[in-house]
Amino acid sequence: MEKKAEILSVLDLSVEFDGHRILKNISFSVKRDDTLAIIGPNGAGKSVLFRALLGLIPYAGKIEWAPDAKIGYVPQKLAVGKDLPLTVCEFLGFKEKEKVKINEVMRSVGFLENAEHIHNDKRVLDTRLGDLSGGELQRVLIAYALLDEPNILLFDEPTAGVDVTGEETIYELIHKLQAKEDLTIIFISHELQVVNHYANNVLCLNKENISFGPPMKVVNKETLAKLYGEEVQLHEHIEGHHDH
Amino acid sequence: MITNLLFLLLVGAFVGAASGYLGSFMVLKRMSLVGDALSHVALPGIAVALTFGINPMLGALLALSLATFGIWYLGEHSEVYPEALVGVFFTASLSIGLLLTPEPELLEALFGDIDKVTTLDGLMVIVGALLIFVITKFISKKLLLGVVSEDLAKSQKISIKKINLIYLLLVSLVVALGVKFLGTLLTGAMVIIPAVTAKNLAKNIKGFHIGSSVFGAISAIAGILIARFYDISSGPAVVLTAVGIFVVSYIIRRK
Repeated sequence: MEKKAEILSVLDLSVEFDGHRILKNISFSVKRDDTLAIIGPNGAGKSVLFRALLGLIPYAGKIEWAPDAKIGYVPQKLAVGKDLPLTVCEFLGFKEKEKVKINEVMRSVGFLENAEHIHNDKRVLDTRLGDLSGGELQRVLIAYALLDEPNILLFDEPTAGVDVTGEETIYELIHKLQAKEDLTIIFISHELQVVNHYANNVLCLNKENISFGPPMKVVNKETLAKLYGEEVQLHEHIEGHHDH
Repeated sequence: MITNLLFLLLVGAFVGAASGYLGSFMVLKRMSLVGDALSHVALPGIAVALTFGINPMLGALLALSLATFGIWYLGEHSEVYPEALVGVFFTASLSIGLLLTPEPELLEALFGDIDKVTTLDGLMVIVGALLIFVITKFISKKLLLGVVSEDLAKSQKISIKKINLIYLLLVSLVVALGVKFLGTLLTGAMVIIPAVTAKNLAKNIKGFHIGSSVFGAISAIAGILIARFYDISSGPAVVLTAVGIFVVSYIIRRK
């Protein structure tokens, strides 16, 4: 497999809902093993872009995945109430029957890191989805996506509704996943410092493609002003991009 | 007489378990009232069947299947939120059914009459119930994933539309099966009550499904026995038994 071949190319993508243009002529491409961050203000169409990439909504233009692309999707949240009697184990069981594999994937998202978690592992598997904390649910969703060994992961705001400590765990997890061979990651985020830490490429989105490229080039005062308005200041960590 | 009663209890248990099992999904899908509303559609079907001298269950099934396609189509293709349309549609069919049903059979059609259940009816119910169990089990993961997240299900190439249609058709089948026992007005209750009861007590989805089926079967058996003993109508007896179990489950849960 050629390492830097493109796994996704998007050309002139436009999406309309009821005559409203949500996305207009978006073009970008993602190379195998890359990590792409999609940023932009609320209502910029980030989630819509994801849904188009997943083929859930009609669109104009071209979305081309590599023939061997296998997508794992991590939704932002689930439509579960506290009263849904569905346990983590049963949820993961939608995809995988073997308990060994379920345990393995739970470990890979950090549910067995220390003694506390060994005890928790059982608890977590038998817990209802609605009873999990935001961070725990997010990790379970990642585990679900990982179950059929995808080579692309789509994260819709991985840390929405997650508290600060949980946030760290999730980004550490994403960082760990980046090290995996042949795993392309595309994630939506609000947080600029995270983008700089983890992404090789950034797509700044505000209905139309404002800019696309490595964070160092793309995330600058000008694009941010265009994206969020003038009031957003560049923090120093924006400059501190480091490779993993 | 005793064998007849045992047979009725068996058939009743099958209806109760099948409607409970299907109902467990309906409660999760937050469409509890659809089963209730659907059951009204059975009436014009029964009326037409009685007029032409065919089995009322078949008439009910035909009317219900047509209505199901209608609801499904509206749900998938119309911009209007289907609930209001469903309400209009169902009360209309209830009124038409009331006008069409021959007077002597009206009470039986509305509330069921267990003494009119023939051996053939009973066998049809058992086969139908088994069919419901097998097919529902087969689509259950997809149904549940659709409840948890439609986008996630669709991203796994699951056709939610198709699954929903199959599910609704199964619901109309169970309503048709229950019509002779409970009548058109009360069959919907058996889809909802056992499931809500089980939800009060279930720790996981497996327990929830089993609980719904078991409570459905127990309500049917106990209800039929009570109806026999006190010589009252079987439909209300079964439904009130189910309600009684629900109340108990609610109290247990609150403790």
